[in-house]
Amino acid sequence: MIYLDNAATTLKKPDCVVQAVTHALTSMGNSARGTHDSALQSARSVFQARSSIAKLFNAPGPERVAFTKNSTEALNLAICGLFNQGDHVITTDLEHNSVLRPLYRLESEGIITLSVVPADKTGRVDYDDFTRLLCGQTRGIVCTHASNLTGNTLDLHRIGQIARAHNLFLVVDASQSAGVLDIDMEQMGISVLCFTGHKSLMGPQGTGGLCVARDVDLRPLQVGGSGTESFSPTHPTEMPTRLEAGTLNGHGIAGLGAGVDFILETGVERIRRHEIALAKRFYDGVTNLPGITVYGDFSSWERTAVVALNIGDYDSGAVSDALWEDYAIATRPGAHCAPRLHNALGTAEQGAVRFSFCWFNTEEEVDTAISALRELAQ
Amino acid sequence: MKEKKSKLIVTFHTVTAAMAMESACTAAGMPGRLIPLPREISAGCGMAWSAPVEARAQLEAFVKDRAIPAKGWYELQL
Ligand SMILES: Cc1ncc(COP(=O)(O)O)c(C=O)c1O
Repeated sequence: MIYLDNAATTLKKPDCVVQAVTHALTSMGNSARGTHDSALQSARSVFQARSSIAKLFNAPGPERVAFTKNSTEALNLAICGLFNQGDHVITTDLEHNSVLRPLYRLESEGIITLSVVPADKTGRVDYDDFTRLLCGQTRGIVCTHASNLTGNTLDLHRIGQIARAHNLFLVVDASQSAGVLDIDMEQMGISVLCFTGHKSLMGPQGTGGLCVARDVDLRPLQVGGSGTESFSPTHPTEMPTRLEAGTLNGHGIAGLGAGVDFILETGVERIRRHEIALAKRFYDGVTNLPGITVYGDFSSWERTAVVALNIGDYDSGAVSDALWEDYAIATRPGAHCAPRLHNALGTAEQGAVRFSFCWFNTEEEVDTAISALRELAQ
Repeated sequence: MKEKKSKLIVTFHTVTAAMAMESACTAAGMPGRLIPLPREISAGCGMAWSAPVEARAQLEAFVKDRAIPAKGWYELQL
């Protein structure tokens, strides 16, 4: 099998991740519930993961990193925990439903008002729109770092400057960029950074979290067991316990920590260069094939290693299925949980076949995929 | 049970702070280890740093220097 569906989840994990999870499963107790050796091993492993994540994103410190089960949960926590009655929020057409639906829900409940920065037909935004959409009630911008459909990025330095200038919260969905693009919370002025563990951070599914800037306070979605202050009727307010009720996924977090350490050792820039070289090779090999339409903006390689395309007006599901059945190439077809961007690109009906590359993919795999598309496009 | 001795106990709001303490102390060769929070202390996270009372001044300076968010300092017979 050639696995080119890494934007959905990375299948091949570094050996150290597999070992860390196995070790955790056979040795770790509950991370905040006691001080015998197995409980402490778990607490140390969780702390180590927080520290590595804080380092990767230049977050204020390990205590500002809270774990969730994925970025969907992190985004719900950030969006529901930050905004109040009467707030106006700005988002973009590039967003995944895990950003859009929590915002739509707050909007339909009459809590917030929402404006959306539009994307053009190549998925680009005009940054002046962020400023144009501001009003007196605007409290925050919620946006992705990189589109899961086109791989195009939003310039967080630029958006961060706008947020700073107007005293707005900036919530970032780093699901597609964490581990492959530079993220510096402080420099970019990010209030809350949401990440998922199972994609480019190379960890197990069921892991994710958020990094919260020092001056930002989030209302928790859940309260409950904390292992501390058991007789208090209210959940502790100190970070990260404030946002983490119940036993953590210590086994998964051990794997996530190992994935992040692998990235820190290998280097984000080295990983990015490898993945982008593969994506570029693929793009160059397919973009001029007859009948193939590639979506998104390829005028710059400041992007992630995602290439979405269609062949003629074939259903993207049929193409993806043929790639799998006849060539054992795994891709993702259909709508990619990004309804507004599909509308902007004109692919709402057809969907798109998404090829996404990772650190473990090779040039040979890319060349096989190009040949397969050449045959299918004939 | 063992005979009781006077101990310095440092508490923390969160396990994360306790972990920061352990990690910094281990790296710097500071005395002490993590123990379950003694029942004499009502609030705090479920673990505490236990060290000889003679190390108090040294640990206080260390904690301040490293900006580790300690919650309370106690001397208890444990
Ligand atoms: C841009 C983007 N945001 C959010 C998500 C949600 O991630 P998860 O399903 O891990 O919560 C995804 C992945 O599907 C994504 O690509």
